[in-house]
Amino acid sequence: MAADYMDWLRREGRIVIVGASLAGLRAAETLRAEGFAGELTLIGDEPYEPYDRPPLSKSVLLGMASPHRTELPHRLDIDAKWRLGVPATGLDLTAKRVKLADGDEVQYDRLLIATGVRARPWPKEDEARLTGVCVLRTRDDAADLYQRLKAGPRRVFVIGAGFAGSEIASACREMGIPVTVAERAGAPLVGALGGVIGAVAADLQTEHGVDLRTHVTVTSLEGDSVGRVRAVHLSDESVVEADVVVVSLGSQRNTEWLTGSGLGAGPRGIACDAGCRAFDFRGIVTDDVFVAGDVARSPHALFGYQFLSLEHWGNAVAQAETAAHNMICRGADRRPHLWMPAFWSSMFGVNIKSVGVPPMGDQLMITQGSPAERRFVGVYGYQGRVIAAVSFDNTRWLEFYARQIERGAPFPVEYPTVDRRPENRQPVAADFPDPSLPTHGPTVTLSGYSPADQQLVFHPARH
Amino acid sequence: MRLVVDLNKCQGYAQCAFLAPDVFALHGEESLVYNPNAPEEQRERLARAVAACPVQAILADGLDDLAGEPGSGSGREASDGR
Ligand SMILES: Cc1cc2nc3c(=O)[nH]c(=O)nc-3n(C[C@H](O)[C@H](O)[C@H](O)COP(=O)(O)OP(=O)(O)OC[C@H]3O[C@@H](n4cnc5c(N)ncnc54)[C@H](O)[C@@H]3O)c2cc1C
Ligand code: SF4
Repeated sequence: MAADYMDWLRREGRIVIVGASLAGLRAAETLRAEGFAGELTLIGDEPYEPYDRPPLSKSVLLGMASPHRTELPHRLDIDAKWRLGVPATGLDLTAKRVKLADGDEVQYDRLLIATGVRARPWPKEDEARLTGVCVLRTRDDAADLYQRLKAGPRRVFVIGAGFAGSEIASACREMGIPVTVAERAGAPLVGALGGVIGAVAADLQTEHGVDLRTHVTVTSLEGDSVGRVRAVHLSDESVVEADVVVVSLGSQRNTEWLTGSGLGAGPRGIACDAGCRAFDFRGIVTDDVFVAGDVARSPHALFGYQFLSLEHWGNAVAQAETAAHNMICRGADRRPHLWMPAFWSSMFGVNIKSVGVPPMGDQLMITQGSPAERRFVGVYGYQGRVIAAVSFDNTRWLEFYARQIERGAPFPVEYPTVDRRPENRQPVAADFPDPSLPTHGPTVTLSGYSPADQQLVFHPARH
Repeated sequence: MRLVVDLNKCQGYAQCAFLAPDVFALHGEESLVYNPNAPEEQRERLARAVAACPVQAILADGLDDLAGEPGSGSGREASDGR
């Protein structure tokens, strides 16, 4: 019976994907590559075909690429019905129907949700509407920001020094634009990489002429008489004049459209099992609704089965492939999504990469190179195990550490390495902020119980 | 022609920047930046870069007649997403 159903589904079933970006496209390709011959529909609220986002804060701002030309290459022809420029507004789990904003309804036999995240806007709406107040998530955002930077503003003000904010600050400096960065924590990248590495990132910024302000929050944005932003007011009572303000306070998951659907979806994303099947609000796994990409939270065996939300490009690709595979195969052939988290960023000419889950680490050891030279590898330890690694301009080591994490290799690390410095033999505290305190958009969010029974609860950043 | 580089895989070996310097460039020691929409006249150079990348991190479409299997883009990007 079940086998018959699967044959039928693969032959003539209907699969709907909501969210036509990286995860949605890669899932569609995988479905076709694995033999799905039925009807495939992609629904996306952006009026564009799937495009790549990482270049928007890198080559686009550096003037090497057009914000409007980052469309993703296709691996194969997916022969899909595209419904672009129309958001999904509701889901009926019983009738298996997705409702669209234009009143249409689309019937599915299997559904994949890949609606990702959006930029968290500046919370005060009247201030957020001032001309010159920007966010960066979409290609339209990138086109707008690039225009403003090209116009030669007197000063750019970046609120939030996560990866995105730091990359934007880096681009500004490269264009010779004065830039101020405000961060509530003690250093940039603290939520993602901890205070020790954050201090290195802080030095990088100041060396490149960024006016970095830490331990401060922005209290208000001031506009002029024609509604252009003019100045930024800070919690330390200082005022910084700026004509472009980039709000880089992390992201919000696009799950509102699922409100009332009965799916386990909320501000923390959509929880799913290791096979990418969504949970309903009772915690019971559904069998025909799958999730992938930035909007998903899924348990990972290597990290104590914690639910990880990874706003990582590589995760969107890998999870989409696994979800698509699992959507059209029998139970015994399903695969778990056990991707080794990996992330990259580049700023101020330095290539920053990580593997594993750095925020789980409580200790850190520099195993190669030295932070003073801006070329090193830091390894994070958690309860005697290697749990993550970060590299600054030292990519070649990460593959090795990925294997160490997989093997649960002991921490502190003991193996002799080529360019280990005597000053780095002892682990130090990795210095992550208290996970129960809000930070600016961590790229990895831990939620649920850890094996140590230490409960980590995510509170969305509020400014 | 569209392209994307899986920068988790990329090792910054710079073969691509050597073979197609108008599409790929190293920024600093190891950071690769590239134009995701390479102009048509770069077709041949791009195909060479795709073929030369030691970790097969570059996926490009529209190169079928030059490299890769038909209908599969470059067909060379491995699929573990890393
Ligand atoms: C500027 C920038 C730089 C980045 N740099 C890096 C980097 O260096 N390294 C890295 O690993 N990652 C980076 N990322 C993250 C990476 O781009 C994301 O992880 C990836 O885009 C996730 O893909 P996704 O398909 O899950 O979600 P998204 O790309 O967010 O796509 C979701 C899509 O669904 C649409 N949607 C939402 N709601 C609805 C609805 N109700 N109906 C229909 N459609 C809907 C959205 O509009 C969007 O098009 C960066 C992101 C940005 C914005
Ligand atoms: S050839 Fe491949 S590994 Fe080397 S820089 Fe280019 S993309 Fe990266």
